[in-house]
Amino acid sequence: MEKVFRNRMATAVMLTPALAVYTFVMIIPIMWSVTYTFQSGNAISGFEFVGFDNWIKFFQDDTAIDALMFTLRYAVVMTVLQVAAGYGLALMYIFFLQNKSPLVRTIIFFPVILPTVAVALMFSRIFEAAPTEGPINTILQWLGGDLTDFLGTPGTAFWIVILMDVWRSMGFYAVLLYAGLVDIPQDVMESARIDGAARWKLVRRIVLPLSLPVLLSALIFSINGTLKVFDSIVALTNGGPGTSTTPLTLYMFRTSFAYGQYGYGSTVAFVLTILCLLVTIFIFRSMRRDVTE
Amino acid sequence: MTAATAPTTTKRQRRRSRRPLSHSARRIPGWIGLGLVLLTVIYPMFWILMGSFKTQPEFLSEPFWSLPQQWNFDNYVSAFTEGGLATYIKNSVIAVFPSLALILIFGSAAAFALQVLVWKGRSVVLILFLAGIMVPTQMILLPLFTVYYQIGITSTIWPLIITYTAIGLPLTVFMLATFMRGIPREVFEAATIDGASIWRIFANVTLPLVRNAIFTVALVQFFFLWNDLLIALTFVTSADLRTIQVGLLNFTGQYGAVNYGPLFAGISVTVFGTLALYIFLNKKVMTGLTSGAVKG
Repeated sequence: MEKVFRNRMATAVMLTPALAVYTFVMIIPIMWSVTYTFQSGNAISGFEFVGFDNWIKFFQDDTAIDALMFTLRYAVVMTVLQVAAGYGLALMYIFFLQNKSPLVRTIIFFPVILPTVAVALMFSRIFEAAPTEGPINTILQWLGGDLTDFLGTPGTAFWIVILMDVWRSMGFYAVLLYAGLVDIPQDVMESARIDGAARWKLVRRIVLPLSLPVLLSALIFSINGTLKVFDSIVALTNGGPGTSTTPLTLYMFRTSFAYGQYGYGSTVAFVLTILCLLVTIFIFRSMRRDVTE
Repeated sequence: MTAATAPTTTKRQRRRSRRPLSHSARRIPGWIGLGLVLLTVIYPMFWILMGSFKTQPEFLSEPFWSLPQQWNFDNYVSAFTEGGLATYIKNSVIAVFPSLALILIFGSAAAFALQVLVWKGRSVVLILFLAGIMVPTQMILLPLFTVYYQIGITSTIWPLIITYTAIGLPLTVFMLATFMRGIPREVFEAATIDGASIWRIFANVTLPLVRNAIFTVALVQFFFLWNDLLIALTFVTSADLRTIQVGLLNFTGQYGAVNYGPLFAGISVTVFGTLALYIFLNKKVMTGLTSGAVKG
């Protein structure tokens, strides 16, 4: 009987298409990109070997270091906020809405599936200062504030990007964490309640420790996604004003396609890959420590 | 609920039982918070929808909360014709659906080969696929662009279809393999005893069992590809091949920054179109789930 499942022909036929596409369009290009980091030039002009020049250039390039720092800052702030917002919503679904939550869950999930570009255009209209005032500026002026060019000021532009991405992603993390919270046995919570645990204490002592595994997977998911942020920034600020909201992904895109420096672009992409790898390994290791303790 | 039944007089319970009205009163801040969250989700979309009916003078002189003074589809007509929205949607459809079909066919076959079939080295190959989820797309763009340029397909839709298929495979293979792991081994063994070939076990036993998983994966991949900007921005070199995301990004430029009506119409077509599709497909998934449960 086992012979049926040890069918070499079937294995080859079923695996080959996927593996071939994956190898030729992902694995080989990834390795090819690594060789680009030692070259300069582009697809049209041809390539030339330059040794470690690109790497030296990266660490002396202020814009690149700024992009690296922006990526890290964005990933940390975004991860904390979107997981926190999602967790808050998930707690609300469980404790506050209880079995009335499906409709609310669906509505708060809507922004997740909306095209980023459309959402970004919408947000840039909402926070617009000129030629017409957007809703936020109108409300701000009622309250006696000044007309603020939110997307034209480096400090506020960062927070508008964060705000938009929290708006887009909170529904997703809420559903993800809700799925984890639902699995907590009802009798555990019930007995804690009978013992007189207040709601807040219940959350801190019982719910939080029990939902740690799903929180960690949400964290991994989030950090891996936020390090690669591209769409929302291109569509909302396009890295500006200046280069104040430019992450590594966008910097790579600019150096490669606007300036035609494939070698340097690959170096930036490779730095990002190493960053993703390090963060993933770090979280996995700290997770394993948690389990063994 | 304990306050009403338990006669014990701890401090907290006494406080609760003394105020029978307080239960609903205490929920007020919760309702206000929930209302605010729902408002921030719904109002922006409503605002865009209303804006899509307004004329340029209304945008410039009326306050933002004003409703449109007429209900006609001029802005939509303008967005579809002059704005080129129709072309963008067509391009997105011919790039995304073939890719989606290839991802599902290749992905389910590979998941079966990696999870159900027995051979040396299958766990290594599974990990190889898994690694692809982590690597940023930026890592593959430049070599691919070089190749697409050299074989001369940069002015066609093929670079998008090829790249989308490859990008979608890792997660699909991984998810479907996980679902196939959940099928009891006895099911496959019973099928073998009944004399089914490996092909029949794949097509007539495994695929129906993971049908819902395939639906879910298809939904996730569809929205991922439909909303893609990076790959489309890289490989689309001519204006008439723009997908909806790239087209929308250039929408403001096409009109100059000031023509709001068609822009709002364009945003609301993509927003509400995607939303309608999601609600429709979500319902499909739900009915698929329940009918599967009844039959099983």
